Amino acid sequence: MALAAMRESLARARARSDGRWVRSLAAAALLGLSLLMPYWRVTLYAPQYPGGLRADIYLTRVGGDAREIDILNHYIGMKSLSLAAPLERRLAVPLVLGGVLAVGSAPLFGRLGLLLQAPAVVFPVGVVADLAYWLWRFGHSLDPSAPIRVEPFMPPVIGRGTVMQFTTVAAPRWGFLLAVATAALALYNVVTGWRR
Amino acid sequence: MRRHRWLIPGILGLAVALVAAVAGRWGASAGPGQPTLQEVIRARGLTPDQVLAAVQTYVPPGKYDEYLMFSSGGQSGQVLVYGLPSMRLLRVIGVFAPEPWQGYGFSKESREILAGGEGKGESLAWGDTHHPALSETKGEYDGQYLFINDKANARIAVIDLRDFSTKQIVRNPNAYSNHGAVVSPDTDYVLEATQYAAPFPPGYRALSQEAYNQHYRGLVTFWRFDRARGRIDPARSFQIEVPPYWQDLADFGRLESDGWAFINSFNTERAIGGTLDKQPPMEIGASARDVDYLHIINYRRAAELVAQGRARTVNGIKVLSLRDAVEGGVLYFAPEPKSPHGVDVAPRGDYIVVGGKLDPNVTVYSFRKIQQAVRDRAFSGRDPYGVPILAFDRVVAAQVKVGLGPLHTQFDDRGNAYTSLFLDSAVAKWTLGEPYHRGGDAWKLVDTLPVQYNIGHLATVMGDTARPGGKYLVALNKWSVDQYRNVGPLFPQNLQLIDISGEKMRLLSNTPVGLAEPHLAQIIPLERVTSWAVYPQVGINPLTMQPDPQAVTAGKERIERRGRTVEVWMTAMRSHFTPDRIRAKKGDTVIIHITNIERAKDAIHGFAIDRHNINLSLEPGKTETVIFTADRAGVFPFYCTEFCSALHLEMAGYLEVEP
Repeated sequence: MALAAMRESLARARARSDGRWVRSLAAAALLGLSLLMPYWRVTLYAPQYPGGLRADIYLTRVGGDAREIDILNHYIGMKSLSLAAPLERRLAVPLVLGGVLAVGSAPLFGRLGLLLQAPAVVFPVGVVADLAYWLWRFGHSLDPSAPIRVEPFMPPVIGRGTVMQFTTVAAPRWGFLLAVATAALALYNVVTGWRR
Repeated sequence: MRRHRWLIPGILGLAVALVAAVAGRWGASAGPGQPTLQEVIRARGLTPDQVLAAVQTYVPPGKYDEYLMFSSGGQSGQVLVYGLPSMRLLRVIGVFAPEPWQGYGFSKESREILAGGEGKGESLAWGDTHHPALSETKGEYDGQYLFINDKANARIAVIDLRDFSTKQIVRNPNAYSNHGAVVSPDTDYVLEATQYAAPFPPGYRALSQEAYNQHYRGLVTFWRFDRARGRIDPARSFQIEVPPYWQDLADFGRLESDGWAFINSFNTERAIGGTLDKQPPMEIGASARDVDYLHIINYRRAAELVAQGRARTVNGIKVLSLRDAVEGGVLYFAPEPKSPHGVDVAPRGDYIVVGGKLDPNVTVYSFRKIQQAVRDRAFSGRDPYGVPILAFDRVVAAQVKVGLGPLHTQFDDRGNAYTSLFLDSAVAKWTLGEPYHRGGDAWKLVDTLPVQYNIGHLATVMGDTARPGGKYLVALNKWSVDQYRNVGPLFPQNLQLIDISGEKMRLLSNTPVGLAEPHLAQIIPLERVTSWAVYPQVGINPLTMQPDPQAVTAGKERIERRGRTVEVWMTAMRSHFTPDRIRAKKGDTVIIHITNIERAKDAIHGFAIDRHNINLSLEPGKTETVIFTADRAGVFPFYCTEFCSALHLEMAGYLEVEP
């Protein structure tokens, strides 16, 4: 249904050479694609890990060297990364697919369509805020019976930090950049659409 | 005028700055108090040649060597792995004797491997490894498997180079000793020849000359290697009965000589010693004649005869009789200078080089001439067992005078041969004939390099394959005499690295071996061996190289008691064993399956139980089992024996054994 509508709209867009449709469909595609890519990467550097250890944070899971990082984290009583953001991870796929549908079909709905795109605009901000929350929560819920006691800490959301012999570097990855691109396209649609 | 005043000091200053810059560059002083390169060279009294050799063999921290060398570990019963050109020891592989660091000989799996080479009621505590052989594909090293013999107990081991550990030991059921292991060009066979003749079938035969001649025999064993399974298959292997001479080293033909094998022999006199009975000592008796016999074996033909049912089974292995071997055209002899050791097939399979230790020549046989002589039945006679002896001048291509005590030969990529000279303590470089070298360049001694001292074997890069690499040669010397400060009267063995890339050979470095006498080595480019850094998944059993059904993951650990058996499914990771308490009653059988559930490179854990002679090495992903009887009441600590983490000492637990 939606697919047929999209195809039809695309044809219409081409006919009317309306950038709005192109932008909407591109935004939807980028958002969908971002589901397959890591949004964030935290890299841990220490002398005995010459290549560094990477936690690749996807919307649905933590990949890379998460297992090894868990082993190291247990010394300071940090929970396993697999326990972070359970609700967000369960909701990620339906939410993003909903977003894809909303953004992609927005031009069909006129003024209402502008509203449909609004969540996509704020989505990256939400991701960063949620990530920051979980980093804070993990750094502040250390098991007091852990072999090595460290003061509760807030790992940097972006940039460089230090925990014991580890230097951590956190930075966005492709998934996040795609979500930002989606947000930018959606925002452009909203702003231009509103003016019209 | 004013300007001129500044000109001279200015130029001087510039000159000083330049000299300082150049000196800083070439003098390479790293800072105050640090000597410059020139100062170090002067202080240590190094010659320019030595400095060059040092630089050639220096491998900076964090960089890798270019080659791996697999060396026999001699009386240690193990295999030694070196990096070249640094000659640093990278690994000892436990093979014929327990090796505690690797937990080899303590787990159920490795006990099973060792037991595979032990007779009933035997518990062998050592082996005498002589000749390593890397597996080959089309006559070139493929870096997959390594075979090695145990001379003392007639065993052959199979080492899997994915994890550099021993997977199988087979015992020759009809022989007491062997010498050498060599592989056929595609590794379908591993050849093992007996060293010292013995009663055949094995048993007691009083040692008289008559009994010796009649009932003692040598055996040439062709072990069939099943590459897919990574195991020797004794059921598809066979032996050829040969006269009671002392068979020695062997080599397989390749390319034009594919399907044939060549073996040296000595003591064709059939001396049996008897010094106290006024008989000549063994060494006199066994070297009385001027020639011994090169054994020339058509093993394809032998395999056909065995397949036709011409062999009888003796102690579980098929044996082709001496008579069938002679009548079937399997076995021929050619005279060779006495007391030979190396028999080495040239890269193209066209020549066979024999070093007779008591003759200054290497004798080179032409395979084509051998074929012609066989066709023409150009025999100079038969030995007492009816084996036809090919006429010497009908099969020899050349004799090259290389020096005293030629022992073993290897080749390079430019048609040169390198022969160790035991008596001269030297390496001789000489040229092969056509098609390698033509006219006046053929069969010529090119260079001789003294080595320190009493060289046995030598190894060049892939020097016994269809495509030798050149570049380096390693001399395996028996005596070191003055090369190292003696550390008691047992002197280190001396490995010497030699540069053979130029016209003249150059000695580069000395490496002492302080644990046994290595005999032969093989050198392979590093990139041809692709070994695992961690087991490919958690729970791999090193014996089967497959997931172990007893492996557990985190959270699945448990202890079960069934009658008098306590069975434990345990995990190890930094820095704890789970479970860390095991309870048993005196007399219980305790079975512990341990899985290292780590995935990080080098995150290795050991597992030792005090006073129980148990120590495992659990590399990431490995599962092993120990089985023992809790035969004493008490509380026994167990702990991790490999420093794994900051809390390594805390990685421990208790085995409680109730009275």
